[in-house]
Amino acid sequence: MDTFVQQLINGLTIGSIYALIALGYTMVYGILRLINFAHGDIYMLGAYSGYFIAHWFGFAGEPSMAGLAVTLVGSMVVAALIGMAIERFAYRPVRKYARMTTLITAIGVSLLLENLGVVIFGGAPRSFPEQLRNATYTLFGNAAISKTQLLIFGVSIALMLLLQWIVYRTKVGTAMRAVSFNLNSAKLMGINTDAIIVFTFALGSALAAAGGVLNAQYNPTIYPLMGIILGLKAFVAAVLGGIGNIPGAVLGGLLIGTAETLVVGYGQQVGIPSTYRDAVAFAILILVLLFRPAGLLGTTVQEKV
Amino acid sequence: MKRTLITLGLVTLLLTAFACERREVGGTGGTTDSGGAILVGVYGDLSGQTSSFGESTRNGAQMAIDEINAAGGINGRKVQAVVEDDQGQPQQASTVVTKLINQDKVVAIIGEVASSNSLAAAPRAQEAKVPMITPSSTNPKVTQVGDYIFRVCFTDDFQGAVAAKFAANTLKAKKAAILGDFQSDYSKGMTQYFVQEFTGAGGQIVAQQSYTQTDADFKGQLTNIRAAAPDVIFVPGYYGQVGVIAKQAKELGITAPLLGGDGWDSPKLFELGGASLDGAYMVNHYSTDDPSPAVQKFVAAYKAKYGAVPDAIAALGYDAMNVLADAIRRAGTTESAKLRDAIAATKGFAGVTGSININESRDAVKPAVVFELRDRKLVYKETIQPPGAAAPAASPATTGASPVGAASPTANANAAEGGATGSGANTNTNANTSASPAR
Repeated sequence: MDTFVQQLINGLTIGSIYALIALGYTMVYGILRLINFAHGDIYMLGAYSGYFIAHWFGFAGEPSMAGLAVTLVGSMVVAALIGMAIERFAYRPVRKYARMTTLITAIGVSLLLENLGVVIFGGAPRSFPEQLRNATYTLFGNAAISKTQLLIFGVSIALMLLLQWIVYRTKVGTAMRAVSFNLNSAKLMGINTDAIIVFTFALGSALAAAGGVLNAQYNPTIYPLMGIILGLKAFVAAVLGGIGNIPGAVLGGLLIGTAETLVVGYGQQVGIPSTYRDAVAFAILILVLLFRPAGLLGTTVQEKV
Repeated sequence: MKRTLITLGLVTLLLTAFACERREVGGTGGTTDSGGAILVGVYGDLSGQTSSFGESTRNGAQMAIDEINAAGGINGRKVQAVVEDDQGQPQQASTVVTKLINQDKVVAIIGEVASSNSLAAAPRAQEAKVPMITPSSTNPKVTQVGDYIFRVCFTDDFQGAVAAKFAANTLKAKKAAILGDFQSDYSKGMTQYFVQEFTGAGGQIVAQQSYTQTDADFKGQLTNIRAAAPDVIFVPGYYGQVGVIAKQAKELGITAPLLGGDGWDSPKLFELGGASLDGAYMVNHYSTDDPSPAVQKFVAAYKAKYGAVPDAIAALGYDAMNVLADAIRRAGTTESAKLRDAIAATKGFAGVTGSININESRDAVKPAVVFELRDRKLVYKETIQPPGAAAPAASPATTGASPVGAASPTANANAAEGGATGSGANTNTNANTSASPAR
């Protein structure tokens, strides 16, 4: 029993990270009908920004809450700026052409960021400084939850609530929803659609950076290609939950994270080796899409952000 | 449009012709024995997940080359390294070795560290009949690729057995769990020989889990291992994952010590794992604390040159280059068949990592050292001799040829071994120091 609870905690931790990244995919898709393949690499850049901020501002030595907060917020700001720049210089110029053009541009940006990362940061993995003095709390039996995991849950939930508030309670959020309904109508209503799109990119990128810094507290290895697999899984999570749907992305992320951890935990007993965790995530996606093509929470009505 | 296509086609043809032309000109470089520098190819992971391996190998080999050149080169010719980065990917390793052979016309190749990469590249060297010496790939299959492939380190049938012996005898472990790297041949080989030896000694494997190198989270596997309550956890992986595994194991409250092999050896290991690694054990090739003058001279020179303590990977890169230089010197030529025979005849070469004897399966038979990890340092525990270890064998073939060890061929007590007697999995280890009891 405590092993099962432990696996659930493990799964929800990694699932929270997937969820944070999946939100960026889903928001951009909701607004532009664009799958932003560079999003996983923004996650990577977010982690690297955090690394450099921590080192430059002297938070790499002693773990401290202040240091963690500065690193987290700083990397979110940097990633937001990067996201805005990518939108402005890569996607906006080609937005007026066929959607396929933008999609291919996204793949190009992704490859560009990965390889720039290798050139600028070097391909060797770096070790993200530990910023939270870690401690482990025993729940019952053997089930343990670490401070890092509590941090990941806490910050993820806070950010998701903040996002929910922005989208449903603020003027800019209303504008975002309007743009996602119909970009041209929104424009005719006097909404500065370009600004809204830029804002969406900034928001999504900041969330990805938060995911990067949080995950780096859990697994300190950061390297330029770290966003490929993680980005892919977050994308799967977004599609699973219903791409374009914000609660769907969170649900999808948590589901994928839990499912793959349970595969590692119990797969061996039914003949699925633990190294099939990725395959299982994709198999679930295929199954769900067979029965619910719009994803778990997706609707055919375009009520998407 | 059509004209453009034709022009493009013509340009391509011309370029191809030029490329071929250039290759023809350099075509004799590999076998001629006169003229310019002796080119030695060095390949390794300089930008991937195991990049500290490639950097250490390159640094070690380069230091050997600098010393050789400072002493007048080999038979009057300077040595020059051509370094290639394979990004730690087997496919890329094969590509860069092909490039080293065909384009750079190197006379011999040094690399890789990860066995999977060596296994991918070795067939290229074998086909082209260019001798390849891997400094630190330990999977037995590597040198089985062909008669041009050598190594200057021990193999996993020995290393895995040493780890198992250490777990069973010194740590008094009865139950072991294994967390292996699914993608690496190194890890698979280590696991196989560990299981063989550990169960042979009456131990029990209570959990066997694996991960892939792109996994970001190991807690699922570790939770299963925790549930099996092992006495020791064998992690035959590479440092990049091991550091994180140690950290996450601590978070889960696992107290059983981790045990691993030379794949752990990197300064990065401590950056990632930090204090979580305290109390873990690792099997390695040599100890920087070895008082032998050869080792101390090497460590001091390396520190002066690169500002870091040389890990075993660097020491083996250094040894591999010196073994190669010694073979070229004895062969008196860089002609590939003769060079191969000279490398194969290496006996009693006094390297930094011990006396190197190449046996009939082209492997070196050497002792292994076990360390405890404590406070970000390797603390020496014991040395385990290979099977058939005997008195130091002084070989006439290499007398006075070694640049480092010639002055003190018997100074390194750890290097005592008989050579070509054993390579099998039936390992008969004996600790030559009083091993401290389990924690």
